Amino acid sequence: MNSTYFIELFLGGLTRGSIYALIALGYTMVYGIIQLINFAHGEIYMIGAFTALIVSGALAFTGLAPIVIFLIAAVVAIVYSASYGVTMEKIAYKPLRTAPRLSALISAIGMSMFLQNYVLLAQTSDFQPFPELIPDLAFLKPIENIMNTTQFIILVTTAIVMVLFTLLIRYTKIGKAMRATAQDKIMAQLVGINVNKVIMFTFLIGSSTAAIGGILISSHVGQINFYIGFIAGIKAFVAAVLGGIGSIPGAVLGSFVLGLTESFGTGYISSDYEDVFAFAFLIIILIFRPSGLLGKSTKKKV
Amino acid sequence: MKKIVIFFLVAAVLLSFASLTSCSKDAGTIKIGVAGAHSGDLASYGIPSIKAAELVVEDWNAKGGVLGKQIELVIEDDVCKPEVATNTAAKLVGEEVVAVIGHICSGATKAALGIYKDSNIITMSPSATNPPLTQSGDYPNFYRTIAPDDAQARLEVDFATQTLGIRKIAVLHDKGDYGKGLAEFAKAMIESDGVADIVLYEGITVGAVDYSAVINKIKNSGAEAIIFGGYHPEASKLIGQMKKKGMDTIFISDDGVKDDTFIKVAGEYAEGVYATGPTDTSTEPMTIAANKAHQDKYGEDPGAFFLNAYAATQAVLNAIEKAGSTDYDKMTKALQSEYVDTTLGRISFDKKGDAIGVGFSVFQVQNGAYVEIK
Repeated sequence: MNSTYFIELFLGGLTRGSIYALIALGYTMVYGIIQLINFAHGEIYMIGAFTALIVSGALAFTGLAPIVIFLIAAVVAIVYSASYGVTMEKIAYKPLRTAPRLSALISAIGMSMFLQNYVLLAQTSDFQPFPELIPDLAFLKPIENIMNTTQFIILVTTAIVMVLFTLLIRYTKIGKAMRATAQDKIMAQLVGINVNKVIMFTFLIGSSTAAIGGILISSHVGQINFYIGFIAGIKAFVAAVLGGIGSIPGAVLGSFVLGLTESFGTGYISSDYEDVFAFAFLIIILIFRPSGLLGKSTKKKV
Repeated sequence: MKKIVIFFLVAAVLLSFASLTSCSKDAGTIKIGVAGAHSGDLASYGIPSIKAAELVVEDWNAKGGVLGKQIELVIEDDVCKPEVATNTAAKLVGEEVVAVIGHICSGATKAALGIYKDSNIITMSPSATNPPLTQSGDYPNFYRTIAPDDAQARLEVDFATQTLGIRKIAVLHDKGDYGKGLAEFAKAMIESDGVADIVLYEGITVGAVDYSAVINKIKNSGAEAIIFGGYHPEASKLIGQMKKKGMDTIFISDDGVKDDTFIKVAGEYAEGVYATGPTDTSTEPMTIAANKAHQDKYGEDPGAFFLNAYAATQAVLNAIEKAGSTDYDKMTKALQSEYVDTTLGRISFDKKGDAIGVGFSVFQVQNGAYVEIK
């Protein structure tokens, strides 16, 4: 096997990992704060992609440059998905905040099914072509066969989002409030943090990143349907668990590990077993590190 | 309950009269059997073939029959069950039919074929697609006017290796029944032909986020062409990502991709993609006439395998006429050497019994539409 092939597989794995990471962030943040596995998160990703498709379809007749249309569509999709995320939290999770965790989990599964079927009925069950709005970058032309523009954009965007995230969590007031809420909700309330607002904000940015992921991957593969959120969501969830659910760097690391495992597994062994590699790897990691790569083992107070 | 019993008794008596009368008819007719599922769950597959045979025979009888004799149909139901089919076959043999149009289901056909073979009766199915029925060579009396299950794979492989002259092929499938089945046939054929090499054989995951890893693998394998077994959503994802990577590997696929949705979703990337699909004969004058005859007589559009059964009946009668006799060897020779115009186009039969000229064609996407490649 030659080195170009290795690099291609590596970059392919990174691209996949980036998308998983954008979705996994939402999973892990929500889990970190309210210990809820938000199964409807993959659907937010799908709604982001659909919104971008509809907006860009509507703008296609305005004669704007494709990149302008792309940016407008992206902004609208992010806003739209974020409001879906926040509304979802208000309707499906907030009333259940004091209920047993299993109830909220069932509510999340219900939300996921509702959103899938809603898009299926309101839009279509067919695959839809997603327009190519990202213009080819000239400097990537010589290495087009190794990395194309959408791959490059995915990697760069993910990197930027990750950096912004880290800064947000580490240095801003709301970031501090989020960390406090994650550590101890009651104590956070006692020191004057509006926990509801923090949770809302968490859903807001989690959904925004999922929408970014949805738009990017749709541009990359060029097609969407109502079901894309399910598989991407499951994989991102696996990535979040792999990295240690609740941990933000863990989700990113887990996503890249998963993406690379799948890519190299396919490339050097067989794509028949793509999912087998992903889940086998998850099991092995969890045997040795039950709380994931970067997860903290929780000590129960007596 | 009693009433029902009486009804059945009366029905049974009437039926026996019916068969008695058909037995006592003059021996100056040529009898053709029509066997298949005429009742039960799969009746909708069998009944159109009765109608087709009747329409063809009416036509021929009006013109004076065949070899100067009128043609008579003997219709028997096998309910698509192998255990019933052997009885059906024995009955038809007892009726001294010279040929049988049927059976419909592959399993029932196989069960009945041994009996026909022992009595030297030509059997022509409009619908039994199981490949070994012809390919095993066990039933030299068997013919069919439908392409076997592996015909698409055969066509794809021949097109790639002979028409396009490709020597390195990657075979991919979507791990589903249809796609994987086709890919397995294609793989076995390429291996047994020995003309081209399979450089890659892979199953891809339906709905995966992207296929870049498998595409890199295709590229690295040095494949000149891909034979893909599966449906259009995966095909359009694959072809789009390959073209974006600057690859110009030839893409050959199947009926599951020969769908306008594929062209819609893949857009400009669909250009040049090959896909096999059933040969379209709906514009042939004879096909139009057959459909119209059915419309006139039954007031509805014909059902499944109607055209195949119509063509089978035409082929059998033509063989009798060309052979100048109902002798098995002479009919066999006529079937295998004479071309006949049917509702499926101009067909003949190969030594194994598969119809030449029936089945699938290769189509290519050209300017946003599938165009048949002759």
